[in-house]
Amino acid sequence: MTTTSPIPPTTPRPVLGTVPGEVPVIPGAEPVGAARARRARKASSSDTTDDRSAVSVSDWRRPSVRWSLGTSHWLLLVLLVVWCVGPLLLLAKFAVTPTQDILRTPMAIFPNGIAWSNLSEAWNDVQVSKYFANTIVLAAGAWFSQILVATTGGYLLSVLRPRYARVLQGAVLATLFVPAVVLLVPLYLTVLDTPVFHTSLVNSFWGVWLPAGASAFNVVLVQRFFDNLPREVFEAARVDGAGPYRLFWSIVLPMSKPILGVVSIFAVIASWKDFLWPLLVLRNPDLQPLSVRLPSIEATTDKGVLMAALAISTLIPIVLFLVFQRMFLRGAGLGGAVKG
Amino acid sequence: MTTDDVVLAPRRRPGTPLTWVRGGGLSALVFALPLLVIFGVFSWLPIVRAVVMSFQKTNLITTSWVGLQNFQNVFADPLLPVATRNTLWFALLALVFGYPIPLVAAVLMREVRRAKGLYSALAYLPVVVPPVVAVLLWKFFYDPRPEGVFNTILGWVGVPPQPWLQSMTMAMPSLVLEATWAAAGGTVVIYLAALTAVPPELYDAAEVDGAGVWRKVWHVLVPQLRGVLFITLILQVIGTAQVFLEPYLFTGGGPANATVTILLLIYRYAFGNSLGGNYGEATALSLLLAVFLAVMSLVYFRLTRRWSTS
Repeated sequence: MTTTSPIPPTTPRPVLGTVPGEVPVIPGAEPVGAARARRARKASSSDTTDDRSAVSVSDWRRPSVRWSLGTSHWLLLVLLVVWCVGPLLLLAKFAVTPTQDILRTPMAIFPNGIAWSNLSEAWNDVQVSKYFANTIVLAAGAWFSQILVATTGGYLLSVLRPRYARVLQGAVLATLFVPAVVLLVPLYLTVLDTPVFHTSLVNSFWGVWLPAGASAFNVVLVQRFFDNLPREVFEAARVDGAGPYRLFWSIVLPMSKPILGVVSIFAVIASWKDFLWPLLVLRNPDLQPLSVRLPSIEATTDKGVLMAALAISTLIPIVLFLVFQRMFLRGAGLGGAVKG
Repeated sequence: MTTDDVVLAPRRRPGTPLTWVRGGGLSALVFALPLLVIFGVFSWLPIVRAVVMSFQKTNLITTSWVGLQNFQNVFADPLLPVATRNTLWFALLALVFGYPIPLVAAVLMREVRRAKGLYSALAYLPVVVPPVVAVLLWKFFYDPRPEGVFNTILGWVGVPPQPWLQSMTMAMPSLVLEATWAAAGGTVVIYLAALTAVPPELYDAAEVDGAGVWRKVWHVLVPQLRGVLFITLILQVIGTAQVFLEPYLFTGGGPANATVTILLLIYRYAFGNSLGGNYGEATALSLLLAVFLAVMSLVYFRLTRRWSTS
């Protein structure tokens, strides 16, 4: 079995955050791959011929190739900056521009000075601070429930392997084929009246946290990673008297930091982006996260203040991306984890 | 993998509960608990419930079986053909906007010598922006007044102001343009990964045969990418079939139902009416959509299987 065998990426998260056209991201780091990537990174930094592409070194020496490729690279860079970063730069500008200027001359560069007050007004008067805190609490809980289910489940299916593991794995995999749409209404009714306890999780953070844990995709990812850990280490630990809990906590988890990092980062970002599910479950505005709150304050808020609120909401995901860039790109790139 | 089985699987000896506990049965169950509970309540149960509910009518207090009534009602809804057409139109436009350009960009980016990381970081940046923020920002860009952001830019090149979201014909392409902005980076990164995986020997072989740059791209790269191209195609269809956020936040389905999509229709059935949702019809319609998507992902799974083993 190959380590890169693909996972069907429909990733029907129970938490509906369907972004149209968004390509579901399938990070699939394994220890071997990570080492390989690190080596590749080293190689490319010293610019050896190891990193081979369609245009060879000798091709590059030809003036026509050099000129046309060089030009198109510059053109591409300019297009990327204008198309991908341009809107965000505009957002940053609007966040500190007086509302009058935003409405009358959106493309002019600060004709009437800078309005830093937008930011403080958004943070205090529009209570972005509160929604920001809600967003963080929601992300933290969703992260915890995803990590808990994925690691214990992955450990069970990969290392402990009881007799029913095969059935369980099949049941988890099967949910990958069920698109998120199907779950929307029945999941809402389940949260409205939970089985056994008969309590409602509506207007409670648990209503967002718990369903977030049911991500088959995370379980499969972590299980694949555990499958590739060296069994000799487990065996040695057992000989030394480690029980299943000790093995999990002191051996398997510390060895799995790369995959836990990938799962964590995607859990946090997915929770930050989520809109429809928190909209349905958290009806009380005091509990709503930024993504749910922003559209409802849109009409009644001053444009400058709204833009400041939008900019504040974007800050954390962008900072996370800039800090963990490699993890993001590697994870997303393995989305096509198919040997061409 | 099979040899490890023997070493690590708990001893499988039929016997008393005590031998079951000694063999690790109890601790295995402890580790199974989070998965069983969370998946049971929030995944398996709702899936079963979806099927059951599509044949029922409920007002949350009393529930009755109505046979195929929900499906009949869904098919009788005059908005269903409109929503289907709009969703297909969205999917088609998303393919036209978001399919070829990322490919060209990725092929070019693969050849970048310096600051390679900068290119992919720039391309991926919009993907991490929260979708709600992106939509609200673009909604402002689409301001139909001549002072609107896009209309100002069009004014620089002498194009008259456009109505954008307020026009029946322009609303959907405007939605797709924003969706493409938000998603294209992910596609680029997938293509880049696939391009990196092309075995270098193939280039060497092509060079020995005297192939130039263009022929290497056309005869080596493109055939090697066939698999991933097909996969991104299916992924995009599955993603766009479930489009909700853009029509919901940009236009609410308007103008004159020009941007009502299937998921928006499902949302309206279930949550659009403050007097109580029509949950039966909502699940019936989502099941219909799901069957279509399941077929798509099954095709996808089959094909990736074949490609990964070959």
